[in-house]
Amino acid sequence: MSDALKQTVQEAFNEPGCATNRAKSAEARKKGCAKPLTPGAAAGGCAFDGAMITLQPIVDVAHLVHAPLACGGNSWDNRGSASSGSMLYKTGFTTDLSELDIVLGKGEKKLYAAIREIVEKHNPPAVFVYATCVTSMIGDDIAAVCKAATQAFGTPAIPVDVPGYAGSKNLGCKLAGEMMYRHVIGTIEPEHTTECDINIIGDYNLNGELWQIKPLLDRLGIRILGSLAADARYRQVAVMHRARVTMLVCSHALIGLARKMEETWGIPFFEGSFYGVSDTSEALRTMCRMLVERGAPADLIDRCEALIAEEEAKARAALAPYRPRVAGRRVLLYTGGHKSWSVVSALQELGIEVVGTSVRKATETDKARVVQIMGDETHMYENMAPKEMYATLKAAKADILMSGARSQFVALKARTPWIDVNQEKHEPYAGYMGMVDLVRAIDRSVNNPVWEDVRRPAPWDDPRPATGLRLAAQADPAPGPVNDPKDFEDC
Amino acid sequence: MARLTRPRRALSTNPLKSSAPLGAAMAYLGIEGAVPLFHGAQGCTAFAMVHMVRHFKEAIPLQTTAMNEVSTILGGPDQIEEAIANIRKRAHPRFIGIASTALTETRGEDVPGELREILARRKDFGDLKVVYASTPDFEGAIEDGWAAAVTAIVEALVPERDPARSETVARQVNVLPSANVTPAEIEEIDRLIRAFDLTPIFLPDLSTALDGHLAEDWSGRSLGGTRLDAIPAMAKSVATFAIGESMQGAARLLGQRGHMEVQVFPSLTGLRAVDSFVHALMALAGTADAPDAIKRDRARLQDAMLDAHFQTGGLRYAIAADPDLAYALSSALAGMGAEAVAVVTTSGANPIVELIPAEEAVLGDLGDLEAGARKGEASLLISHAHGRHAAQALGLPLVRAGFPINDRLGAQDICRVGYRGTRAFLFEVANAVLAHPHAVRPEDFGAAPIDPEFDHDRPQTAPH
Repeated sequence: MSDALKQTVQEAFNEPGCATNRAKSAEARKKGCAKPLTPGAAAGGCAFDGAMITLQPIVDVAHLVHAPLACGGNSWDNRGSASSGSMLYKTGFTTDLSELDIVLGKGEKKLYAAIREIVEKHNPPAVFVYATCVTSMIGDDIAAVCKAATQAFGTPAIPVDVPGYAGSKNLGCKLAGEMMYRHVIGTIEPEHTTECDINIIGDYNLNGELWQIKPLLDRLGIRILGSLAADARYRQVAVMHRARVTMLVCSHALIGLARKMEETWGIPFFEGSFYGVSDTSEALRTMCRMLVERGAPADLIDRCEALIAEEEAKARAALAPYRPRVAGRRVLLYTGGHKSWSVVSALQELGIEVVGTSVRKATETDKARVVQIMGDETHMYENMAPKEMYATLKAAKADILMSGARSQFVALKARTPWIDVNQEKHEPYAGYMGMVDLVRAIDRSVNNPVWEDVRRPAPWDDPRPATGLRLAAQADPAPGPVNDPKDFEDC
Repeated sequence: MARLTRPRRALSTNPLKSSAPLGAAMAYLGIEGAVPLFHGAQGCTAFAMVHMVRHFKEAIPLQTTAMNEVSTILGGPDQIEEAIANIRKRAHPRFIGIASTALTETRGEDVPGELREILARRKDFGDLKVVYASTPDFEGAIEDGWAAAVTAIVEALVPERDPARSETVARQVNVLPSANVTPAEIEEIDRLIRAFDLTPIFLPDLSTALDGHLAEDWSGRSLGGTRLDAIPAMAKSVATFAIGESMQGAARLLGQRGHMEVQVFPSLTGLRAVDSFVHALMALAGTADAPDAIKRDRARLQDAMLDAHFQTGGLRYAIAADPDLAYALSSALAGMGAEAVAVVTTSGANPIVELIPAEEAVLGDLGDLEAGARKGEASLLISHAHGRHAAQALGLPLVRAGFPINDRLGAQDICRVGYRGTRAFLFEVANAVLAHPHAVRPEDFGAAPIDPEFDHDRPQTAPH
């Protein structure tokens, strides 16, 4: 790791905006928050992965991965961030370094040429260049190449110096924010600003989640000026310094960026979530209050309350028919962070019993909320190995698993309904309408007759003895469809 | 469970049905050395033949009694006799299956009587089996014609076994597949049965006749099918299985002839349906176990069900097919959480329609399919190839099932029965859904478009 990168990582760990970090002793703080990975027992993504997750949803940017094939080639086009405009972000660009490139040190030249090709062919507002383990190791100076390319081609080339070995996915998210702070934010002035301009940080518009929220903001006259990076344009990142308030969505990783923006440009931020009815209302309330504090018309708060009352009533009415179909079902929740409790409260509202929630990546505040909502700590757990999870589900201690894609097959192999609630999911569950969609998804999954079928014993495991020639009645031909397969089971 | 409705109207828009004589001809083609013969005008035959040629991509030996105005008025026995004589001369068939048409049925002719008279008189026809089924175009559809032809074959060619003398053939079982069972499906059923050391006789057997193979010689007859000497031997089997409710009648008749057990399986698609069939095979084979290959197939189907349920759960689809096929596919999909918002079928004669998992089944046409799919907000259509017009009009994917499938190759290879075929079917449906992704847009949620000032001012040329 280069000294500059080491320094960046150290700074990222020492985040005063982070409650977890603040709670630590001076010595523990120095060690950073990255837990050393255990060889043979690690499954998460790398820092490069985290940087890509954070930045790739910027839709009009060309994202160029400077690496041998695996980093870009094995990961491109695998996320559901939606775009209302350019589709360039879905194009997989990589320098695809060969053995000769590496041995002969041709990486930088190849990178420079690749940037030129992209600019000539696709004319993007910017090219983001991602460093990776190999290119960092062989000492390719992507910052220098980006600088030269920016000057030569007139299109900003932005170095994202976050190689995989720097640490975890979470660290990668943090560093990606830092890269935007250093190289992009504040480089363009918006054509105009309003008193209700906000930044949204940490949402990725997965399958249109941003658009489930946006109509609410539209009605309140709140404009999303800056976005990192839900349906974002490059410009929206570059002008973030002119927003009045920043909302940090379910994200601890980007708190450092929010804090730095507050320090540098005086933009206050708050952490909020659009997951669940009450959280959505709370986020809207906070947002409006802070905007008014920063000079927005005072009636914004009243209009916000009116909107919340209307939307909550609508949501509850839409949820009511599903209540009897899902109430009493037992959910095992395996997500983490903020969702450890925000989803719990949302599900409990519907009469769903949460038998356990994982508190991975959750702060002490989050954990306190879990205890508050669930009564005690008994339903709280940190990690669960797949084998243990399988056993739990197989023993029918839960009816549904809600988690990310990694544990999908643990649930399915245990013949248990599974709902995707993490970033790879295929349905948007944000805001009031998203809550209805989530419950509809739970209903659709848990009430699917497929579960009963896949749990049926096979004919050869059926306790009924084979009785030789005992088929349907020998009697007269019966009229009508008496030979429904179900009847046959009784013979 | 579906209530059968018959729309009161004069017009049929985009017919769903293929006619009954065509079904009979198709059944006859599953008999070794056969030439089917339509008793009607030559156009009846030409249309049916072209229909089958385009579906199977094979030369179809289908002949006609070529009724003309005069013979229609005076009666057709001479036409039948002449047709048989000519076919004998030209194609040397061992079996001729006659199907009546609307023309001759409207006139009202005693074909069985005439045929008896002809065969008694023409000793030179003695080397030939001739079977007649009454299949007026104005009654029923392909499934009914097929069933009528099979019933006629059993009636004419399977002798009654003397129950006093025990001359059954151990482990031999009769299988009567309905019209929608494809050649590949017969092979799959054959494999399942043989896995339990049972020996099936299929009547008819399209798996060797219309499976699409390159023959060494031009025959002018069917290219394979049930062996003629196997048909009378069916009386000695230990059981008869009908695949499809429409084969109930033929199966009962065969059961009576051979004094044997009869079991009707309305469907072999879907885990439960196949489990029932395997249960029956195990019972017949006197075993409590199954071969490893079958066990593995079942486990793979279970896994496929779990993988596919994300797409099929809550899926709204519309289906138009003959009753047995509509029942088989819709019951399998109902088990996967899919909802049939519109069901259109072809024949009111089949009581299985009442068990189709839908509120209503319309005895109608593809116009009903389109209207029902639109009204029910379906996101997938299942029908034969002509359903493509409705699919195009509605912008929906079409899973092709039934007859004809004339705009795709390999209709004979489609297999949706058994554990393996069900697995393929579930993947087919799920993939059809996945292949029509809806790219979400802000307006789907009522969100205003993004401020144009943020957009990159230069034109973009992304390859998407």
